[in-house]
Amino acid sequence: MGRLKFLKSKRKVLAEGFRDGIPIGLGYLAVSFSLGIAAKNAGLSAFQSFLASLFCNASAGEYSGFTVIAANATYVEMFIVTLVANARYLLMSCALSQRMAEGTKLIHRIVLGFYITDELFGITISRKGFVDPYYTYGAILFAGPCWAVGTALGTIAGNLLPLRIVSALSVALYGMFLAIVVPPSRQNKKLLGIVVCSFVLSLACAYLPLVSTLTEGTRIIILTVVISTVAAILFPVKDKEVAEDES
Amino acid sequence: MSHNIYIYLIIMATVTLAIRILPLTLVQKQFKSQFVKSFLYYVPYVTLSVMTFPAIFQATQSPIVGIIAFIIGIIAAWFNAGLFKVSVICCSVVYILELFFC
Repeated sequence: MGRLKFLKSKRKVLAEGFRDGIPIGLGYLAVSFSLGIAAKNAGLSAFQSFLASLFCNASAGEYSGFTVIAANATYVEMFIVTLVANARYLLMSCALSQRMAEGTKLIHRIVLGFYITDELFGITISRKGFVDPYYTYGAILFAGPCWAVGTALGTIAGNLLPLRIVSALSVALYGMFLAIVVPPSRQNKKLLGIVVCSFVLSLACAYLPLVSTLTEGTRIIILTVVISTVAAILFPVKDKEVAEDES
Repeated sequence: MSHNIYIYLIIMATVTLAIRILPLTLVQKQFKSQFVKSFLYYVPYVTLSVMTFPAIFQATQSPIVGIIAFIIGIIAAWFNAGLFKVSVICCSVVYILELFFC
């Protein structure tokens, strides 16, 4: 009986995750398709680009990796470029570690870590309380294959999807980010201010001389570290606040 | 000298996965420091905001369409439309507007 109840509740959570994984997967198809084209231009076969996406699950990270391959650069360069392009996931992984229930099985931590993408991290962290791995697994079931398959398709078929569709799908991911960031900001004025600052500074950095020459990945990590540090100093979060937010 | 693509891919995958998996598996306790806790509390919101804007209007064929999708997305999210709905709304806005703008 206890076990049956457990399975039932897990199935519900898994289904919720699957539902939220659908827009992610569709967005992935569009983005990974263009990533596949970049892979092809770098000299990768469809199978190789499929492997890259299956194991890396990173858009900017993979893209910069492909440029390294295209340039026939050294392995050391590949190491450094991948490290820099993925640095923000180190922060996300740390943030996620604070939301894990104590005693969560190692295998859950490894699988969740494997699939820390901007989107999957976003929806995982958007749920209240401790992370329920099964919710994220539901999303992975749909979105995970989309990413790898989309990349391979992009390598094979190039510009098959009409531009209009690609353009529309490419905002799916951003729409989701808004759905994660906005509702808690509505309730927390400090958070609202920080989110608005993030938008403004990000816009400024995209066009300012010097800063705008940095790659997008580097800009994101610098802005994240700087803004979060200032926010943590100015508005330290009380334990009670975090608990209210998460309960 | 030509490099092996598979070795490139192995380096890429190893670094990528180590960055994501190690903190999550090694940090098993809650941090004690108020600063670190606050910092990590803000990280997701800041990083998602920074990633969304201005990228959302660089992703669409016409920047104006992207900005409109951004604003409508915020309004929808403000009224708690949820992940799936906000996402679909943004896509539809772009699709429909680009029929006119592009």
